[in-house]
Amino acid sequence: MSAKLNATNTLRVTRIASVKTENQTTKTYTFKDARCAKAKPGQFLMLWIPQIDEIPLSIMNTEGNSVSVTVKAVGDATRHLHNMKQGETIGVRGPFGNHFTQNNGNVLLVGGGTGTAPLLFLAKQLATKTKRLSFIIGAKTKNELLFLNQLDPLCTEQPVAATEDGTYGLKCLATQPLETLLAEEGKEKFKMVYACGPEAMTRQVFNLTEKHGVQMEASLERLMRCGIGLCGSCMIGKYRVCKDGPVFNSQQLREVKDELGISKLGFDGNRIPL
Amino acid sequence: MNSNPLSTRLAGLELRNPTALASGILGYSPESLQRIAEAGAGAVVTKSVGLTPRVGYPNPTVVQANCGIINAMGLPNPGIAEYASEIRYAKTVLTVPFIVSVYGYSAEEYAAVAKAAATAGADAVELNVSCPHVKETGSEIGQNPKLLTQVIRQVKAATSKPVIVKLSPNVTDIVEIAQAASAAGADALTAVNTVRAIAIDAETALPILSNTRGGLSGPAVKPIALRCVYDIYEKVKTPIIGCGGITTWKDAVEFILAGASAVQIGTALAQKNPAVFQTINRGITAYLKKKKYRSIKEIVGKAQRN
Ligand SMILES: Cc1cc2nc3c(=O)[nH]c(=O)nc-3n(C[C@H](O)[C@H](O)[C@H](O)COP(=O)(O)OP(=O)(O)OC[C@H]3O[C@@H](n4cnc5c(N)ncnc54)[C@H](O)[C@@H]3O)c2cc1C
Ligand SMILES: Cc1cc2nc3c(=O)[nH]c(=O)nc-3n(C[C@H](O)[C@H](O)[C@H](O)COP(=O)(O)O)c2cc1C
Ligand code: FES
Repeated sequence: MSAKLNATNTLRVTRIASVKTENQTTKTYTFKDARCAKAKPGQFLMLWIPQIDEIPLSIMNTEGNSVSVTVKAVGDATRHLHNMKQGETIGVRGPFGNHFTQNNGNVLLVGGGTGTAPLLFLAKQLATKTKRLSFIIGAKTKNELLFLNQLDPLCTEQPVAATEDGTYGLKCLATQPLETLLAEEGKEKFKMVYACGPEAMTRQVFNLTEKHGVQMEASLERLMRCGIGLCGSCMIGKYRVCKDGPVFNSQQLREVKDELGISKLGFDGNRIPL
Repeated sequence: MNSNPLSTRLAGLELRNPTALASGILGYSPESLQRIAEAGAGAVVTKSVGLTPRVGYPNPTVVQANCGIINAMGLPNPGIAEYASEIRYAKTVLTVPFIVSVYGYSAEEYAAVAKAAATAGADAVELNVSCPHVKETGSEIGQNPKLLTQVIRQVKAATSKPVIVKLSPNVTDIVEIAQAASAAGADALTAVNTVRAIAIDAETALPILSNTRGGLSGPAVKPIALRCVYDIYEKVKTPIIGCGGITTWKDAVEFILAGASAVQIGTALAQKNPAVFQTINRGITAYLKKKKYRSIKEIVGKAQRN
């Protein structure tokens, strides 16, 4: 067994160094882990919550030997994690999967919900490389818009916020301002769109980039167990989201468009609607 | 006359090469099985499927050990009724022998699932007999020659397709079990499934897997699996499929020399990707050429010393 996979996949036990509340449902956890601290934007880790579960989470930031993940409480494991405090023990495996390519032309990032987390990580690295960096961020309501303040200085133009209830920014889905931006031509035209968020959103972003002839990369989620490409829990089409993904390009998204935003495999391996 | 030195015949199946995908790796979906076949596997085995759906155990279900991994998936599967349609579809896209792995909690269940799988298009069934028997929780059907005989007989009666029996290494005498399986009519034996194991975290003083115990696979189990194949070949005539820790062509050749007619590859897929099949097949071909053998059939069991 290759030494690299061995080391990446070995469970490291660490302590929560800090917890930051982002909003009522979302918290950011920071802890030390030298391996995951070398991750590239788009990669994820498996977080062990002792005696409860082990769940996949996107890496939101790295700094020195520290790693941060941003977690929304949606069920048993994430609620348990939300009750955990600084100093408590967790386990980490990873980093796993591929990562976003880093395009140095005009780029547009589209984030929804906690999907904004890996895109913030990406934006930090792209900020020094790209000519134009635009961001569209969507949420149901104002206080679910994540990282607006941190994104603002990284973008070359003010990030566009869209809320479904109109409590902040535009009152619409994130895909509406996207349509306008993608229609721009000439020097302004985007070279790459990066998306991460609810899969219904990603599907719309995919349809629009196809329509306007712009390349895209999307980070997808599927149920995960092994995280190393063995068990087949996370299949979309012929791809393993944990190993061949989680980032997929336009070409690959075309191959899986019958499933994108439509269905996934459940815990028993049965196909279920998303 | 067959000019392909890698081709082999086993349990009535024609394999273009001796490398097959092991059960439980990359699951069920016809698309992933097809990808593995296209990458060069000589046959594919599905994840084990039972009579009714199972969600499996909660995570953690996989933990890294030195030179191997320990897994306790808990046999997640959609149940044969649902899976039958995937089998039908897989059969239309696969060009290599398609083996459906089957498990059950009684001989009747094994027979029912095997029959449904064969009817839907499986070229053969592989019986996973390493899951606990309900009435004697903790022990495996594959540890009990009497139970195993019953299971194989009922499956043989229920289908005319070849029946492969996958043996557990977690027994005192694997030869005794192999002999029972052979006598009961098994067309081939796969040796072996995972080795019972546990991982404990010192910091929290807790077992890591949600199911506490799991099965070890990967390079760590190779010498054990190799010994199992060697021992069985010595005493049993039924063809053997070697499995456990095979990562390189040398591993595969060693299993064939010990007595395996074919091999299955699982854990190596995690680090090597599906291309591992092609790499291993190229290596076996080069070995045969260098040693001046015309076919792998000439080296099956060649390391035997009795
Ligand atoms: C690559 C990847 C990156 C992710 N990144 C983030 C992130 O940065 N922040 C964040 O808040 N969430 C992220 N998620 C989702 C997160 O893993 C789930 O919200 C979490 O597993 C839910 O567990 P639960 O027990 O709280 O909820 P449950 O009640 O068990 O389930 C709630 C939802 O989460 C899904 N889910 C449950 N277990 C898993 C699992 N093992 N693998 C995948 N999905 C699961 C369920 O299908 C369901 O849709 C990511 C998922 C993947 C696959
Ligand atoms: C994640 C995982 C899931 C498995 N699931 C099954 C299964 O459903 N049925 C089965 O008979 N064997 C299963 N196995 C065992 C393998 O088929 C194989 O016998 C074992 O892993 C040893 O081979 P390897 O070292 O090449 O992986 C599984 C193994 C792993 C690692
Ligand atoms: S989680 Fe096991 S293959 Fe992706």
